[in-house]
Amino acid sequence: MGKLHVIEAKGTERLKRGFARMVKGGVIMDVTNAEQARIAEEAGAVSVMALHKVPADIRKAGGVARMAPIEKIQEIMDAVTIPVMAKVRIGHVAEARVLEALGVDMIDESEVLTPADPFFHIDKREFNVPFVCGARNLGEAVRRIWEGSAMIRTKGEAGTGNIVEAVRHVRLVADNIRLIQRMTDEQVYAVAEKFAEPYLRLARQIREISGLPEQILENEPVYGHYTYREIVDGLYKILLEIKKLGRLPVVNFAAGGVATPADAALMMQMGMDGVFVGSGIFKSSTPEKMARAIVEAVNHWDEPDVIAAISKEIGEPMKGLEIEELEVRLEERGV
Amino acid sequence: MLRVGVIGVQGAVSEHIEAVKRAFERLGVEGEAFWLRRPEQLNAIDAIILPGGESTTISRLMQKNGLFEPVKKLGEEGLPIMGTCAGLILLAKEVEGAVEGQRFLELLDVRVNRNAYGRQVDSFEAPLKLSFSDEPFPGVFIRAPKIVELLNDKVKPIAWHGDEVVGVEQGNIIGLAFHPELTDDARLHEYFLRKAL
Repeated sequence: MGKLHVIEAKGTERLKRGFARMVKGGVIMDVTNAEQARIAEEAGAVSVMALHKVPADIRKAGGVARMAPIEKIQEIMDAVTIPVMAKVRIGHVAEARVLEALGVDMIDESEVLTPADPFFHIDKREFNVPFVCGARNLGEAVRRIWEGSAMIRTKGEAGTGNIVEAVRHVRLVADNIRLIQRMTDEQVYAVAEKFAEPYLRLARQIREISGLPEQILENEPVYGHYTYREIVDGLYKILLEIKKLGRLPVVNFAAGGVATPADAALMMQMGMDGVFVGSGIFKSSTPEKMARAIVEAVNHWDEPDVIAAISKEIGEPMKGLEIEELEVRLEERGV
Repeated sequence: MLRVGVIGVQGAVSEHIEAVKRAFERLGVEGEAFWLRRPEQLNAIDAIILPGGESTTISRLMQKNGLFEPVKKLGEEGLPIMGTCAGLILLAKEVEGAVEGQRFLELLDVRVNRNAYGRQVDSFEAPLKLSFSDEPFPGVFIRAPKIVELLNDKVKPIAWHGDEVVGVEQGNIIGLAFHPELTDDARLHEYFLRKAL
């Protein structure tokens, strides 16, 4: 064996995307303490998301929602053997570095927390830990993938127990992919230019304040050290891959509003690779039963008779909120 | 016509199906690779793959699905079965770090440590030495289990990382701590499928 020179690589894109692939067909559950984490593991969750409050309580409490307390995350990591994820605020590089140092298995750069950066998301390529990010449409998904996200989830409208926004996001992404597949490569390039525009917001604002013409310079970095043209080229490459694959090149989960086994099955039927569940479990009348039922529903998504049997013994799902009556729309955070 | 079922309850199922198709091509055999989710699909099957994923979840769902006992029986009767990462854990006779009440197929006489390499930040890629090929194999280790002991000499090493054993075979059973399905290299799938030819 001496002849074989052993070179080790860590934090590669293959390892990050590979980790996300290993949770496919599974349910990732929000938990706020060790006891809930054990309930989730016992119910067959593939991973838990450690956070301070479930989204429904974040809504109720108001105020600034931040990364969970480190002791709590550590307590959860010590309680279970399945992977542990945790959320950081959008653009909060320092929170992300803390979670990476702590050794969480995946970071969710999440709109459920109060955003830290009004312009940009984290450049996730700079990290060894994989990231998952939310997306409402193909533009958001492609931007997050270019930034290095190893996994995408729908944003849904977290903490509402109302699936309508998650369904909207799945449709917007899926139909946009079908449209891309009908386009010429030149047309796809134009889409990449449009998708790159949010990266220009800071540069444009600076110009406006400074009384300068709107035109951005060719050699001017607009996000990290990347120029607008470099970003367009990066997004274009990802779009071509999507055109070829007919799907996102990374694992895509549903999140935001999943409250019943049938909700979870609906998301799988619409082509999702798995499901995140937050308030839907711990705001139901019997969390243990609901957790197990949602795991089984994801596994049996195409067998309505099984879903029917599962749905019988689970008590009351969370009450749910009408989206139009919400004061705060979490999904609108971070484009 | 070779029929290969990838246990499709959770994890990297489609990646194995694609890898099996590449191996069919290299072997020049007609074959079919499919998602194996129900016990009735075990009729007229030639080989089974247990994918990577969460071993606790896969074990639980296989019992719930009625796949657990029949797969164990087929393995004991000599059907070729390969497990990668979580799949290796499911095949092992002894598991360190198992969750209480978790069940294993116990088809491979090895002791594995479930979270031996640590968390995702410790996941790594490294070239491996194979027993049947001179070319190094790209090893992808994601929250990988470690093979800490071969329990008898029926178990033969087939892959090494440095001088550590990371892949074994025991007759019809293959267990790998890493993920060949995440690479383009189909040599291990090909090696496994030869057992079914």
